[in-house]
Amino acid sequence: MPTYRPGPVSLVLAVLVALFLLMPLLAVVPVSLTPSRMLAMPTGELSLRHYRALIEDPRWLDAILLSLRIGVVSSAISTILALCFSLGVWMFQPRFTAALVGFVLLPMVVPPVVSAITLYFLLTSVSGVSSFFGYDTWLGVAMAHSVMTVPFATVLILVSLSQLDRRIDLAARGLGASVWERATRVIMPNIKFGIVTAALMSFVLSWEEIGVTLFITSVNAITLPRLMWMGLRDNIDPAIAALSVILIVITVLVLALRAVVVRLRGAG
Amino acid sequence: MRGILSDRMGAALLMAPLLLFLVLAYAWPFLGVVKWSFTLPQPGLGQYDALLTDPLVQSVFVRTLRIATVVTLVSVTAAYAITVVWVRGTPAQRLVAEFCILVPFWISVLTRAFGWLALLSNRGLINTWLQSIGFISEPLTLVRNEFGVVVGMTHFLIPFAVFPLASAMRSLDERVLLAARGLGSSRMRTFWSVFVPMTSSGIIGSALITFVFSLGFFVTPAILGGGRSVMVAELIYLRIFQSPDWGLGAAISVVLVLFVGVLMALLFRYVRPRQMI
Repeated sequence: MPTYRPGPVSLVLAVLVALFLLMPLLAVVPVSLTPSRMLAMPTGELSLRHYRALIEDPRWLDAILLSLRIGVVSSAISTILALCFSLGVWMFQPRFTAALVGFVLLPMVVPPVVSAITLYFLLTSVSGVSSFFGYDTWLGVAMAHSVMTVPFATVLILVSLSQLDRRIDLAARGLGASVWERATRVIMPNIKFGIVTAALMSFVLSWEEIGVTLFITSVNAITLPRLMWMGLRDNIDPAIAALSVILIVITVLVLALRAVVVRLRGAG
Repeated sequence: MRGILSDRMGAALLMAPLLLFLVLAYAWPFLGVVKWSFTLPQPGLGQYDALLTDPLVQSVFVRTLRIATVVTLVSVTAAYAITVVWVRGTPAQRLVAEFCILVPFWISVLTRAFGWLALLSNRGLINTWLQSIGFISEPLTLVRNEFGVVVGMTHFLIPFAVFPLASAMRSLDERVLLAARGLGSSRMRTFWSVFVPMTSSGIIGSALITFVFSLGFFVTPAILGGGRSVMVAELIYLRIFQSPDWGLGAAISVVLVLFVGVLMALLFRYVRPRQMI
């Protein structure tokens, strides 16, 4: 059977777009190897000093650990909240479901800068009441990140629930299973993959969140993106190039691994 | 009867935590921001009046709309070109296209903006190379201006523009295309008279998403614009943190939300949500 394939013009245009998409990612590699203390192309000799700086400078390590902690906590909060909410929607299909889901998705749709000023308002108001939960604290950042990531977690879990066969839940119900048993022993094992994806997605979004974080931190809760931001605004620090190369390599490896897994599954 | 009652309770218990969380941590503070816009520095509509009269704010609004329009046109066109290959190419072509779309998509906005700095700044790759081959003597100013902002934002938004297009192209019946070709239509004509019109819902969805995203963009313009081509989001940041004028920052936010809300309403009116994903 013949198929409709893109012609030569389409292919050339697509290659140009692909080059445009990859170019800035490739450009950071030479910069990361420069011996200079400023953003510059290496001339002649190469150096790993900026990679060393990442390990030796405690600021980078502190920021990485803080981002990991915030990522794990906020991902746990948003996955649990999203899971409960989605189970409620799927099992009981209450009235006004569309409106409630729409409300939950708001932080995803509203321009991030508006969410940022909103969370800034929240955390500065809370600061007066408790000192470890408000503006410029790691718990405050974790909570703000949960607000921003919970819509994504909810969408992912709702999508995986929508592919589930309702009859298995009806069977469990008919056999006298309680709501708790239906949720934990029938439904959740069948959407494991969706739950894990939601948790990972929330973690990644928190790990690289900068728009909101800029508004709600100043000197104490310096996450990794926040530290990168500081290094980008004033004098550009080539250590960012080294860090970027590492992050790009990790992303490429994960995507390649995923592609292999998908292919193996497809073949098997 | 007991069944219905426990159903309602179950739904309420499961759904309440998230709803409560978002009411307390999102809806309530947003109302606080709205209140700021009417009460700071003094109660009244002063801040909204300033929005309509302050030439600086006006110029930022105009620049934001201009950049968002250019970025939308370029992103959707570029996304269309690569999506055609991602959806309709040979398996190998599809794999390469998918890689080129997904790798930038998953890399953080900061890394990508930094990559553009490494390419476009005065001592960056492009200027170093052009000078070494003697094409130019003085470095070209490619960042810290609107050009850099447009390039960086387009790069960020192409993957987002791809997804609605891909979904429209996937749902298109291939037989229609083969029929057009079989009836003697050229490649070009098939593309412009059959393929493009039949993916128009994807184009509209893609353009609206890109436009809405670029209105509220903060990080890329702040880094690649270097403080010279300030867009709305950066203006809000500056009003809150640099020239403390919380009322004006809040008023701009409220206007931005209303504007985006209208655009989203249009989106859902003309494109069914299912076609977007």
